[in-house]
Amino acid sequence: MNKTVNQKAWLFVIPVFVLVAFNAIIPLMTVVNYAFQETFGNNVFMWEGTRWFKQILLSDRFHAALGRQILFTLIILFIQIPLGIFIALTMPKEGIGVSVCLVLMSMPLLIPWNVVGAMWNIFALPDIGFLGHSLNALGFDYNFTQQSGDAWFTTVLMDVWHWTSLVVLLSYAGLRSIQPAYYQAAEIDGASRWSVFRHIELPKMKKVLTIAILLRFMDSFMIYTEPFVLTGGGPGNATAFLSIDLVKMALGQFDLGPAAAMSLIYFFIVLTVCWVFYNLMMKNEGQS
Amino acid sequence: MSKISLKNLSHSYLNSQVNKEDWALRNVNIDWNDGGAYALLGPSGCGKTTLLNIISGLLNPTEGQILFNDEDVTNKNPVERNIAQIFQFPVIYDTMTVFDNLAFPLKNRGISEQEIKNKVEEIAEMLELTSTLHNRASGLTADGKQKISLGRGLVRSDVNVIMFDEPLTVIDPHLKWILRSKLKELHQKINRTMIYVTHDQTEALTFADQVVVMHEAEIVQIGTPVELFEKPRHTFVGHFIGSPGMNILPCKIDNGAISINGNMIETKIDTKDKSFSKTEVGIRPEFIEFNESGLPVKILKVSNTGRYKIIDTESESGKIKVIAKSSTNIPTGSAFLNFKKDYTYVYGDNWIIE
Repeated sequence: MNKTVNQKAWLFVIPVFVLVAFNAIIPLMTVVNYAFQETFGNNVFMWEGTRWFKQILLSDRFHAALGRQILFTLIILFIQIPLGIFIALTMPKEGIGVSVCLVLMSMPLLIPWNVVGAMWNIFALPDIGFLGHSLNALGFDYNFTQQSGDAWFTTVLMDVWHWTSLVVLLSYAGLRSIQPAYYQAAEIDGASRWSVFRHIELPKMKKVLTIAILLRFMDSFMIYTEPFVLTGGGPGNATAFLSIDLVKMALGQFDLGPAAAMSLIYFFIVLTVCWVFYNLMMKNEGQS
Repeated sequence: MSKISLKNLSHSYLNSQVNKEDWALRNVNIDWNDGGAYALLGPSGCGKTTLLNIISGLLNPTEGQILFNDEDVTNKNPVERNIAQIFQFPVIYDTMTVFDNLAFPLKNRGISEQEIKNKVEEIAEMLELTSTLHNRASGLTADGKQKISLGRGLVRSDVNVIMFDEPLTVIDPHLKWILRSKLKELHQKINRTMIYVTHDQTEALTFADQVVVMHEAEIVQIGTPVELFEKPRHTFVGHFIGSPGMNILPCKIDNGAISINGNMIETKIDTKDKSFSKTEVGIRPEFIEFNESGLPVKILKVSNTGRYKIIDTESESGKIKVIAKSSTNIPTGSAFLNFKKDYTYVYGDNWIIE
């Protein structure tokens, strides 16, 4: 049997290919290109091999930024995930309260990121901001523009305010999908509230929580806009997370080679962590 | 172990009740004797599960009382009532092993490790779960999971009643038979009150000593399978039980004489001095014979099942099904039907007239 050879089908793939090429492949390859070469402009490049990678991996500045980044991500995960689950558990299950809560919960998610940063910047200003002024009025020596502890506190609080809702909404969806019979059976079995959570709700929420943790890990690990607007990475380098440091290096100092190498290392870390985490969480799923 | 009595029990899921339809359960009075095997039979939405959840304490009735051994438990929770309930689909604790699943109700009640171990092993043996006892429960098949649900009900040796809410719905047909006979066997072995909710008459009639038939939020009849078959107290029971169900034909009562479309019907029932807005004659297909004279019908169709024939006929008052032995010669065209007097009932407004 002769198959009709019709190469015209390739034409239909072109739009997707062009799109992916322009928004992913070409930019990424440019970065790869920069990461192995040195340039002084005029399109003149010199081969540098792995020099930039070695430089980045051995630099104290990168270690510090990575450390701050890991600390920030861990703090917000440890706050947002339990808090999100807790809020989801206490949300109403029927009636008008459901819609009210869902709308309220969605609000922070709908605000553009730079607006969130700007809002919190003004909100936290020690002299005129509601938060900053109130804290000072209560006797706390609070100034996020000068004290690194306060800068961290404000950044974390802002992220918790902005993103806990996402965990709440995902957890709530997971909780609502649990059949009432599970709760009834647990009631008959004499299970405590904690047992119900531990043995019914948590296992049934496992999949949505995996998604929530993954999303929150990726977003917080790559956070840029909000802290950039809020603190600009300061005071000093106190809140200069990886992406802020990266932009400083690439655009502030115009060190394109090291910045490109750092981008690739950054990308590789996110990818690896997500892959490892996902596989760990889904390890036992095949059986059920 | 106790006798369970329901007194004037009514339940509504609405806040105010205006119509009859607003009630999910209407004026239920029933006694469940200790150690009995009961089935609660009725179509979907008739209130079976509501009744079950009220007995177990998952729901509080709008009106009425629940007594366990004459002690009022209406306001007690499921743990205090000490009951077991098995649901429509298997409820298992995914993260636990089969052993831990079975041990869970005992652990929650603070029973010693050794006692738990003995009891769980005994129940696992009974349910043939011993070989998978230390596997994760989530890896089991649907019937295995349902056995775990059942096992969690059985480990507590002092439960007042074990209730089943259509427990075989998600089980493969060939396993249904096995599990059903297992249940029957268990009932004989442990001799505890069991209430089995189902919409499947075969399940109900094979499992139970006493079948409670529900229809539109009410109990319409309580009786042994034989009673339900031979003397349905409500036209619904006639319809619902038996395959094919009872023939129900509109009739006239004139001074005690019953006639269908002008043909006199002989019954043992005294209908004098009673008046109804609707009167009907009920006769099971098994109790109708062909004869030289009687109710004239047209033969529409004869289906032979091997053991017996089902004959569809049509009279001027409606269709009538007849069951006859395979060897019977069935007339063609038109024929006359005779109803066996002892099994011919008259219903006024759907309820039997006696």
